[in-house]
Amino acid sequence: MARKTQPAGDASSISPELKREMYRYLRLQRAVEERAEKLYKGGHIHGGNFSGRGQEAISVGTALALEPKDKIAPMIRNLGAVLVRGYSPKDVFSSFLAKATSPNGGKDNSTHFGEVQNRGVIACISMLGTLVPVMTGMALAAKLKKQPIVTLTYVGDGTTSTGEFHEGLNIAALYQVPFILIIENNQFAYSTPVARQTPVKDLATKAAAYGIPYAIGDGNDVFEVYRLTKKYVDEARAGGGPRVIEFKTLRMRGHAQHDPADYVPRELVAEWEKKDPIDRCEKALLAEGLMTEKHRDDIIARINTQVSEAEQFAINAPFPDPKETVRGVFADDSIVPYTPWEER
Amino acid sequence: MGREITYLDAINEALHEEMERDASVLLLGQDIGPYGGAFKVTRGLFEKFGDQRVLEMPIAENGIVGTAIGLAYMGMKPVVEFQFIDFIACGFDQIVNFAATSRYRWGVPAHIVLRGPWGGMVRGGMFHSRTPEMWFAHSPGIKVVAPGTVRDAKGLMKAAIRDADPVLYLEHKWLYRRLKATLDDDVVTPIGKANVALEGDALTIITYGAFLTLCLDAAKELAKDGIRTEVVDLRTLYPLDRAAIVASVSKTNKVMIVHEDIRFGGIAGEIAMTINEECFDKLDGPIVRVTPPDTPVPYSPPLEDAFYPNVGRIVKAARKLARY
Repeated sequence: MARKTQPAGDASSISPELKREMYRYLRLQRAVEERAEKLYKGGHIHGGNFSGRGQEAISVGTALALEPKDKIAPMIRNLGAVLVRGYSPKDVFSSFLAKATSPNGGKDNSTHFGEVQNRGVIACISMLGTLVPVMTGMALAAKLKKQPIVTLTYVGDGTTSTGEFHEGLNIAALYQVPFILIIENNQFAYSTPVARQTPVKDLATKAAAYGIPYAIGDGNDVFEVYRLTKKYVDEARAGGGPRVIEFKTLRMRGHAQHDPADYVPRELVAEWEKKDPIDRCEKALLAEGLMTEKHRDDIIARINTQVSEAEQFAINAPFPDPKETVRGVFADDSIVPYTPWEER
Repeated sequence: MGREITYLDAINEALHEEMERDASVLLLGQDIGPYGGAFKVTRGLFEKFGDQRVLEMPIAENGIVGTAIGLAYMGMKPVVEFQFIDFIACGFDQIVNFAATSRYRWGVPAHIVLRGPWGGMVRGGMFHSRTPEMWFAHSPGIKVVAPGTVRDAKGLMKAAIRDADPVLYLEHKWLYRRLKATLDDDVVTPIGKANVALEGDALTIITYGAFLTLCLDAAKELAKDGIRTEVVDLRTLYPLDRAAIVASVSKTNKVMIVHEDIRFGGIAGEIAMTINEECFDKLDGPIVRVTPPDTPVPYSPPLEDAFYPNVGRIVKAARKLARY
């Protein structure tokens, strides 16, 4: 039966080393995205650019709750998850700047890249909800092959209204596959607040329609994100079937960088500014004596150096060869889609 | 083998043989388990391979296609049945946005086959007769095949399952039990290759699917008047076999395209432009097309009969073209 499960354990169950790792990834996502904002304003980024600012704990905490063999499909605000899976800031900036050094060679933008075997990262697309059935299918394959693999992807509050969200969850529950769906409720789908998208307040309760156990957590507390996700990942791996977790948070930037998000009340932003996930993690680590201020400053300095080097790398990297345009549509590269008449 | 089988049997045999040959081949669809599918294309497969290979699915086409893509990313080769190909519209997002672009955008092809009963002339009405081939031929990354013979029904299904890219396999329900033939064991029809179904020198008719049968009948009529018609069966709509089209037009110098799909945006226009670009100087007459009008497929028999071209119309158009 559907149920809201209770959080398992407390933050003390997480090792000091893992807590420090969480902090490093939170900082790294923040630093990369802050630099991306500068690059965007400087005209280096072609097209749109999206920020997960304020939501870093969800990306980092969930990704670190998985094992390397698990499969994850980060969306555009889940840069932290991309970094946890081993992609470097060089990869990320190369993709943002549409360079040949991008993991997808400049064929697609944003964090739309991945690699199945080693990184276990599945590339997302812009159509929201598509990854719910896709990751269900990957989990189904794991179950059919009797491999102890769990799959995970993210949706925002907006995606819980799509058909594919529901179709995918229904199939996941029907076949009881090891699939974790994270609902990142950042309160806005572009400009539309949740109350004007759906009459449901706690979006995770939609999972109850399919008998899927669900939980609701604080998306700005990386330790809680990790613990809830880890518990569900363990249950799914043990054959418990799919799980849904809703993390409450707030999108701290516009839909994309062009969007000043005037429609978000200032008081709401101010309220969530106080709940900043990085501040909270940092305070906890300092208070628990797991990190000194010097140690923190070293981490930040190292990250800044890494990000600056990556930024320069991407700025200096070549653009893809225009000849690549017609390559790679099919696995069989001998199929050339088009030769201009004037060039025959 | 030496046993006569139908077009429908040929698809069923191809599924049996490929599932036996390769344990990663799976079936997904509605009512495809013990019931054997609405048209019985999957009959016997659930009994033979069980519920770990033949996966019954709810009415959720985007969900099914997405699940198939996920299975493919894990090394499996899923074959998705749409109960009628009309319902492929309900899975459009996953097909054109996710699967079709997969290879191009991140280097990982979606190794899936999408198949289903296609086309009309069976009084099915507009929601059970549709010809959606060009929606997908127009979405880079998908191969589209449409067998018009028993041999190709088997051979193209085998090729589709073995192909790493997403393949839309259109099986014509009007041909299911109408066509019979005796086949060898391992028939594989290459994707992307047209077939000269009938040789001639007076004019070329290019067609595919159920209309191959009608065009061959028309060619028999035309032969009575001494008009030796060449009939080219496209078999694959994307990638289009331009070389075969050019070769035939270069030989006969007159060409007519006949298809069941509606006129506007049908593949006839694409073929005409291909000829225009590749062998304009070979033409001795206008490029002619015979197609239904741009309407939904109507239900009532007199309306449906008026909608589809028939042998008489094909012959009439061919005679007119032959006079050039």
